[in-house]
Amino acid sequence: MNARRTLLLALGGLVLAIGLTFLLDPYRNYQLALAAAYLCATAGLTVLVGLSGQLSLGHAALMAAGGYGYALTSQALTSAGVNGVPRFLAATAAAAVAAGVLGLLLGLAGARLHGPYLAGLTLTLVVAVPAVAASVGALQGDRGVRIQFEGVPGPLKALIALEQWQAWVALAVAAVAVTGLALVRDGRTGLRMRAVRDDEVAAALAGIAPARVKVLAFVVSSVTAGLGGAVLTFVTQSVSPGAYTVSLSLLLLVAVVVGGLGSLLGAALGAVLLVLLPWLVGTLTDVLPLPSQVTQRLDGTLALLIFGLLLIVLVAGAPGGLAGALTAARARRRARGRPPAPGRTAARLAPTAGDDPTGPAARPGSVGPTATRSGEPVRTPTEG
Amino acid sequence: MDRFVFLLGTGLARGTLFALFALALVLIWRATRIVNFAAGAMAIVGVYVGVAVTGLTGSYWWGLVATVLAGGVVGLVVERGVLRFASARSPLSGVILAIGLVIVLQSLLGIAFGQQHEPVPAPFSDRPLRVGGVPLLSPYDVFVVIVALGLMAALRLLFVRTTLGLQLRAAAFAPEVARLLGVRVARMRTVGWVLAAAAASLAAMLAVPKELGLNPHAADMLFVYAFTVAVVGGLDSPGGALLAGLTVGVVMSLVTGYLGATLAPVAVLVLLVVVLLVRPSGLFAQAEARRA
Repeated sequence: MNARRTLLLALGGLVLAIGLTFLLDPYRNYQLALAAAYLCATAGLTVLVGLSGQLSLGHAALMAAGGYGYALTSQALTSAGVNGVPRFLAATAAAAVAAGVLGLLLGLAGARLHGPYLAGLTLTLVVAVPAVAASVGALQGDRGVRIQFEGVPGPLKALIALEQWQAWVALAVAAVAVTGLALVRDGRTGLRMRAVRDDEVAAALAGIAPARVKVLAFVVSSVTAGLGGAVLTFVTQSVSPGAYTVSLSLLLLVAVVVGGLGSLLGAALGAVLLVLLPWLVGTLTDVLPLPSQVTQRLDGTLALLIFGLLLIVLVAGAPGGLAGALTAARARRRARGRPPAPGRTAARLAPTAGDDPTGPAARPGSVGPTATRSGEPVRTPTEG
Repeated sequence: MDRFVFLLGTGLARGTLFALFALALVLIWRATRIVNFAAGAMAIVGVYVGVAVTGLTGSYWWGLVATVLAGGVVGLVVERGVLRFASARSPLSGVILAIGLVIVLQSLLGIAFGQQHEPVPAPFSDRPLRVGGVPLLSPYDVFVVIVALGLMAALRLLFVRTTLGLQLRAAAFAPEVARLLGVRVARMRTVGWVLAAAAASLAAMLAVPKELGLNPHAADMLFVYAFTVAVVGGLDSPGGALLAGLTVGVVMSLVTGYLGATLAPVAVLVLLVVVLLVRPSGLFAQAEARRA
């Protein structure tokens, strides 16, 4: 896909989504805004994991960095007398910078680590978030930072509700983030990331600096996660460590795997699922005639249970995720149009197509960097 | 000075627990090249069983036995049922499966028992004993250290002195060769998981009375610290896990005592970052032995 087509597609999608907000009631618009915020983070994560083969369990911490960056800048600008669009843009930029810097540090460490070590480091980071919030005075501990109320701008006030305006802003930011990621993915950098993921030594021999590519992937992914945090802060008008827990980090991972690793469409599906599934489950348990104690216990946890089961089943059985299943369905339709292939090919295609839409690339092996026969990930010569 | 000695003692007691839990991670890493990110959630399942048995029988000791057995069963089920599907080609698929397992186990426990913290009383006094006027370890701390060190010693004997231990090591280090020589590699892998999960459950059971209490997330922090310990010690090295466990325990205890409890997780993070930057595979890892 060339760059101009990507941009047109993004613009079209944004206009369509903004049109959609007129059909939704305020609560649905609020949910849409949340989904857009999560999309920033899941899209970044899916590019990091799917394209560069690095796993982060700490993307909630990067969102938190963005959220705090946004809130603190917004507060500072409010007291300096700056309001409206300039304040929003400056605060969002600050969010991107804050998350990007944290991502740069993580990426520098990540370039030297493989698989489980990086996962553990990022997990420790997200566990430390409440501790950092509690020990740095400006972050105000568990209460978090509140920001100035950001209402609908004057001329639009008569036309749209607050939730709709928030959805617009969230969708716009998500569109910018996802478009940026799509451009990276389709460009030279994306090609390099895939090369490093598949075979670091071969990539190094081809003149690519694997460490630099890995760090870049981390920074790009972190910046979009930070934008997600900024949007979340903008919508909820506050930021606190309670919003960026280990659970959120794990859920982001669930979302990108369930959606389909490496696919931006999958990231969008995952983000929508993150918002819709808990709500659906909550509605269902409210409707069912259950004792209130049971409902209380199921609230929140049942949705998590479904997420966890989905994750296990998909990684074990259908690594392509939802996006992979869509591709497979398309492939099946195309295959039906053609005359049956000779031999076993057709028979083999039918039962496995759902699991393996695009050949080896969608197998579990593609989840991470290729390992050598003994299971030992390839090391860069500099480590020797 | 009294305070320093007290913090040092408490730190060493906590450190042995971290070391025991880290040993569980090391065992599984050696056998399957998977970092078991579900270790905390699996261990807490065993603790719930143990606390229930203690409640039914009125005996702490039956509860302790039940914890170890239940932990072993969880290890068996998890290895046979879920992590068998982890792709050998990708280090990430094992991590992702384990994360799915964490979410499933914790939400099942939450649905079954709720999210509240249930207090778990310690079987011995928690008041520090005074040695020459200086407050040192509590009887419960002494108990924890003895059980943890005893189990670690028993595991070491098992691995070094018995045929099963030899087969376990062979299956972990050279699966192909071991298989040719008649070792049932898959079974050894399962045994490794069972041993590791039982040890982790025991560590969690010992840790719970000193923490806030029992709830589905009670072992989360224990896991994070144990992971740090395992990495600092080098994921391959049981001796490294013990040494690193004691180090991390003491560092945490000193930071908590002198700078405040909120800074302890940050200190652990800093320690992890520093070690990983200096030695990306941990301090005691033997990269050459692994490649052979």
